[in-house]
Amino acid sequence: MTSANTGTEVGSFASRFNLQQYVVYLGFLAIFLFFAFMLKDSGFLTVRNLSNIVLQTAPVTIMAIGLVFVMSAGEIDLSIGSIVAVSALAAAVTIASYGMAAGIVAGLGAGILIGLINGALVAYVKLPSFLVTLATMGLFAGVSRSMTDLRSISVTNETFTGFFGSGSLLGVPSLIWWTVIAIAVGHLVYRETRFGAHVLATGDNARAASVSGISVPKIRLAVLTISGGLAGLAGLLYAGRLQAAKYTLGETDLMTVIAAVIVGGTLLNGGKGSIVGALVGSLMMGMLNNGLILMGLSVSDQMIVRGLIILTAVAVSLRDKSR
Amino acid sequence: MNASAPILQLQDIRKNFGGLTAIENFSLEVFPGEIVALVGDNGAGKSTLVKIISGVHPPSSGTITIEGKPVTMSNATMGRAHGIEVVYQDLALADQQTVYMNMFLGREPLNRLGLLDRRRMIDETEKLVKELDVRIPSAHATIRDLSGGQRQGVAIARATHWASKLILLDEPTAALGVAETAKVEAIAQSLKQRNVGILIISHSLDQVFKLSDRICVLRRGKQIGVRETKKTDKNEIIAMITGLQQQ
Ligand SMILES: Nc1ncnc2c1ncn2[C@@H]1O[C@H](COP(=O)(O)OP(=O)(O)OP(=O)(O)O)[C@@H](O)[C@H]1O
Ligand SMILES: [Mg+2]
Repeated sequence: MTSANTGTEVGSFASRFNLQQYVVYLGFLAIFLFFAFMLKDSGFLTVRNLSNIVLQTAPVTIMAIGLVFVMSAGEIDLSIGSIVAVSALAAAVTIASYGMAAGIVAGLGAGILIGLINGALVAYVKLPSFLVTLATMGLFAGVSRSMTDLRSISVTNETFTGFFGSGSLLGVPSLIWWTVIAIAVGHLVYRETRFGAHVLATGDNARAASVSGISVPKIRLAVLTISGGLAGLAGLLYAGRLQAAKYTLGETDLMTVIAAVIVGGTLLNGGKGSIVGALVGSLMMGMLNNGLILMGLSVSDQMIVRGLIILTAVAVSLRDKSR
Repeated sequence: MNASAPILQLQDIRKNFGGLTAIENFSLEVFPGEIVALVGDNGAGKSTLVKIISGVHPPSSGTITIEGKPVTMSNATMGRAHGIEVVYQDLALADQQTVYMNMFLGREPLNRLGLLDRRRMIDETEKLVKELDVRIPSAHATIRDLSGGQRQGVAIARATHWASKLILLDEPTAALGVAETAKVEAIAQSLKQRNVGILIISHSLDQVFKLSDRICVLRRGKQIGVRETKKTDKNEIIAMITGLQQQ
């Protein structure tokens, strides 16, 4: 018969735990050192370049936070890139006629609304999130194109662009404030609240969550709404930083965000993840972009390298899950 | 029998899954401090009955009465609100979470700031694990790093911790060794002392005769009969389970 009282699992438990925990930090360090040596004469290591990386990754980091919640609950959100464009355009158009406050409401509201639509279809119509968000990704890519007939809308409201993009407070750029605050709040909610625990339980074992009194549909609705709202915020950050909005915003971010989240230790199938890991993953992706550009790689080569990194990350993630 | 009122009364319970009738005409009472065994072959409908009582599957017809009050249960929260706890056959644990998070799943205590009170969850888990002598590496261990028996131990510890009136055990010792099985049986006896009603499903007639006060037999969704354990024997129960007279 099985004996239920051995302590032998503890050893393997500890070693696996450590590897999984630190893989993203080691990867980050390795890539950093690689570029630092390879590109020491190309300006990679300058304060200006490094802080630029952080500023550029702010929208991706914000979206990654939302995706950590979504993926931890066992769902996926492919529509975030399209939400960015719709939100940025909604904000830009509204600011032009009604001012900053209305613009923020329009931008965030568009993101939250699309997230709610995704969430309701997944939670209550019980459609798979992969298909729902694949559809809304295409749908809202179309919406953003038709909103302004492919035109770019400039954002001239200086309070807005300062608050969301180019300004600074206490000498710290506003994009860094947004990143720090979003990560801190995201981490707190994810790790220290009942909601966060219920998100993880839902992704881990939805039936167990449900018999434990957790409303699984509400969790699914909530995570997709959060993801939509944060993609909306990312749209505002793009609009603020570029002082303009266009349908192309966020177009190529989806793959980067998914990669950042998975590299950061969040499992594709749910039940486990990390907000701080996603931040490091996002910075790693930003650094990779930046370094590959400085190394003179063509756009197509950059895409290939990033694709390979994602493959590696997925392999590590799935190997852990199927242990 | 017990002088007090029954904790649980089931009357004419029927459950259909599409065209399939999983349970029909089922009636049973469970009294405080009583252990009722539910036996029957695979697919007889035992687990379905557990899910009806816990609120996971609302019955197609019939009434459920808890402490004299008729209740309609539409989900598992309602069973728990009535002091009913379940150890499901598949255990219903979140494998990638810790032992202590599973112990408090769905009713995590909060501290003054409204955040998870991990300290309290860990302390209470450790205390409970010690009390019940469930050997688990630590309250921080992840469920999937535990052996099958340890997982079952966690599920049982969780149910005994929260059960105030009735506990439903669906094959709680199926994965357990001899010593662990004895431990679970001792836990069942101690719950009896606490005046909790127990409905236990088991394929081991030895265990059923050792533990139970009454035995209820199901065959293909039909209730064959209820016997007082003292007034029956294994042959009769086997005949009721299989439908074959043994002469
Ligand atoms: N959710 C469901 N949908 C459809 N049919 C179901 C469902 N749950 C159970 N059944 C059917 O109901 C019948 C009784 O199943 P149940 O799990 O209650 O059996 P059991 O007595 O617990 O068997 P075992 O001893 O193998 O655990 C089976 O025929 C099963 O296929
Ligand atoms: Mg069963």
